[in-house]
Amino acid sequence: MDSNSLYYSLELVAGSGHILTPEQRTALESSLVLLKKNYKFSRVLFWGKILGINGVYFIAQGRGEDEMKDKKNLYSLNCMDWFLLPPASDSMIEEVSKATKGRFMGDPSFVYEHQEIHRQGEGNEPVNEKAVITVTEEKRLAVAVHQIDAEVSVVPRGAFIKSPRGLVQLNRSFGGLSEAEARKLDNFLHLRQSKNMKKKSILDMGDWNPAMDYLDALSDDIPKGSWSLQFEFARKVCVLRSLLWLGLTFYHVPMTPQHGYIYIGDGTKNLDLPFML
Amino acid sequence: MDGKERVQSAAAFKSYMLKNSTKSNLNLYDHLTRLLMKLMDEQPHNAVDVIEDMSSDVKRGLLEEMQSTLQDLPETTADAELAEQQRLLFTRPKDVDHEEELVETPLPNVSELSFYLEQAGVGLGRDEMQRIFLALKQLVESQPLLHCRLWGKILGTENSYIVAEAVVEGDDHSVNEPAEEEEREVDTQENEIDQLPQSTYKPPSVVPKEATGTGANKFVYYVCNEPGLPWVKLPSVSPAQVTAARQIRKFFTGKLDTPIVSPQGFYQVLEEEGDEEDEVSQSNYEPNPDFEGIPAAEMAESLSNWVHHVQHILLQGRCTWVNLAVKPGDESNEEGEADEKEEEPDEPEPEVGPPMFTPISQDAEMFNTPPWSLSLSSTLTSQHAVAVLRSNLWPGAYAYACGKKFDNIYIGWGLKYTGGGYTPPVLPLPQKEYPSVPEITEALDPSLEEEQALKEALEEQQAVREEMEATDEEEEEEDD
Repeated sequence: MDSNSLYYSLELVAGSGHILTPEQRTALESSLVLLKKNYKFSRVLFWGKILGINGVYFIAQGRGEDEMKDKKNLYSLNCMDWFLLPPASDSMIEEVSKATKGRFMGDPSFVYEHQEIHRQGEGNEPVNEKAVITVTEEKRLAVAVHQIDAEVSVVPRGAFIKSPRGLVQLNRSFGGLSEAEARKLDNFLHLRQSKNMKKKSILDMGDWNPAMDYLDALSDDIPKGSWSLQFEFARKVCVLRSLLWLGLTFYHVPMTPQHGYIYIGDGTKNLDLPFML
Repeated sequence: MDGKERVQSAAAFKSYMLKNSTKSNLNLYDHLTRLLMKLMDEQPHNAVDVIEDMSSDVKRGLLEEMQSTLQDLPETTADAELAEQQRLLFTRPKDVDHEEELVETPLPNVSELSFYLEQAGVGLGRDEMQRIFLALKQLVESQPLLHCRLWGKILGTENSYIVAEAVVEGDDHSVNEPAEEEEREVDTQENEIDQLPQSTYKPPSVVPKEATGTGANKFVYYVCNEPGLPWVKLPSVSPAQVTAARQIRKFFTGKLDTPIVSPQGFYQVLEEEGDEEDEVSQSNYEPNPDFEGIPAAEMAESLSNWVHHVQHILLQGRCTWVNLAVKPGDESNEEGEADEKEEEPDEPEPEVGPPMFTPISQDAEMFNTPPWSLSLSSTLTSQHAVAVLRSNLWPGAYAYACGKKFDNIYIGWGLKYTGGGYTPPVLPLPQKEYPSVPEITEALDPSLEEEQALKEALEEQQAVREEMEATDEEEEEEDD
């Protein structure tokens, strides 16, 4: 959620049970302004919290000119001092998924170790080669944030437009979804490089607007029902919760451009989802 | 071309423009007049670019006037409906007795709770808390409750539950419940998506339900979906439900009428908590008045644990300013912390579980995860900070303590942390097929020839036997 409307937005997603203490909120309000200035971001989002056993990571996301590609994630343990997270590469994601298990510890320098035994050679004398993968928690954090963003970052349809130059930018004339539209998952999109677009039939694409419909809709997510859509706050605010990443809450006030998402959770994916629906 | 001709051709063109269209019964002359009038009225920017739109606007405007007899039916939206229901929460009772206000009320101080929870970084937002506060007031006024508390919120996929915990006046109100319980149990069996095979050591008889007011059913729970909607009382929990609910890993739907196990099984997260000022010496322990129904004997028994626990926290180097002693209360003891698999839950004797005031430091570690995380709400102004305890076993369960004030709340999905991924229990082996013995083995029906051959053979045998018998008889006669 945008750091400029932090107070208001946090109140709207509070239905999930997590809020920030006044101290944290005020600290964020001042530190994120500095962050924006120092890193020359065009806007800064408060991304969320990852709850570790001994500590809590606060995550902020800086956005550049292109809202989809120019992203930088930063973390902090005290809401004031921010450290840049490394971008998540494919090899890093693989390492992390192999080595890490369980909860975050809350210490960025904590090292996860994972031993892998490769069998080589044939016949009666297989040679066991041990390979140890070590991953720091900072890397794990970077991967978790990247994955959450890739899988469950949500925007209402029309809030971001693709300019003719191919840049994804905030749509200043976005007036919000109507209440009827906000009841349908089709109108909420993933803010990520589209994956399912090519599979769509021509009939579906007939009335699409190329400036708006360049993202995947939540309604195509697998498994069906991995989102919980509710109206909260005296049924005025549309609140979406991801069941895949428990802790991700998205809000949108119909008929206004206000929307945003926050993740407050333990940073682990709900692998049991298929059994739970 | 002279002037007269020019006038004539202009008139001809005008009459052409005035000709009504066969389709819409409009004519171009009037249309252009209206369009130019609209243009003069509105004076839009870049008029030449939008003239087509304005033209169609004008045409549409004419149509709308013709349809004006049709009026939109005002739609009742969901938020208006809810607002109507919540309006009742804000009505002020007309005759307030001042004497009544002085009497101790079971209504919890939700504002205070909300404030401390906000310090702890947990909560539902101030507005929502206020609504819940009013809804609880409504509950307290409508039901004879001795004590009432906001237990928390369970998120569902379509709606959420707000849960209130209460002690009801008069304990023998459960007369009509056995039937209900039976039904519930049937439900449980039917709707379990993943029931494990019954363990063999378990006695087949159903463990009797604890009477209301004790053990797992010490409290009565009320739920509602939104503040302002009616509160629904949950049926009291039976041990079978607790064991069943433990095995379930499914989201709450948020619809009470969907047949699903009632969420009491999750109430084992409940813990009670007490705290004492650091300065208070260990000799003058006093049971906190909020500890209801805890016998003094157990309180005394707990003393050593308590001291031990205090030291434990001090060793951790935290909370040097407040001694926090958080203990799983009797709910969690009796229902077990779920890792104590061999312990029969809801044993009638409360002595079976760990004693009442076992410090949380003795809680077992699960999946290499310590069960609790402790923190201070503020690092900058730690003099007045609140100690916050977060359960890692039940994500969403929090407790806070500040001075003599403490409380706990649960806001979450009602799911326990289970370490690795969930593996559904293996299906029971298919039953053995019938043994293949000749009596039930299929055989080809004999053909007519075979039957006749068999019949002839039998007849021959019969004839031979008769002959034999006849000769035997003759021989016997001869013998005589």
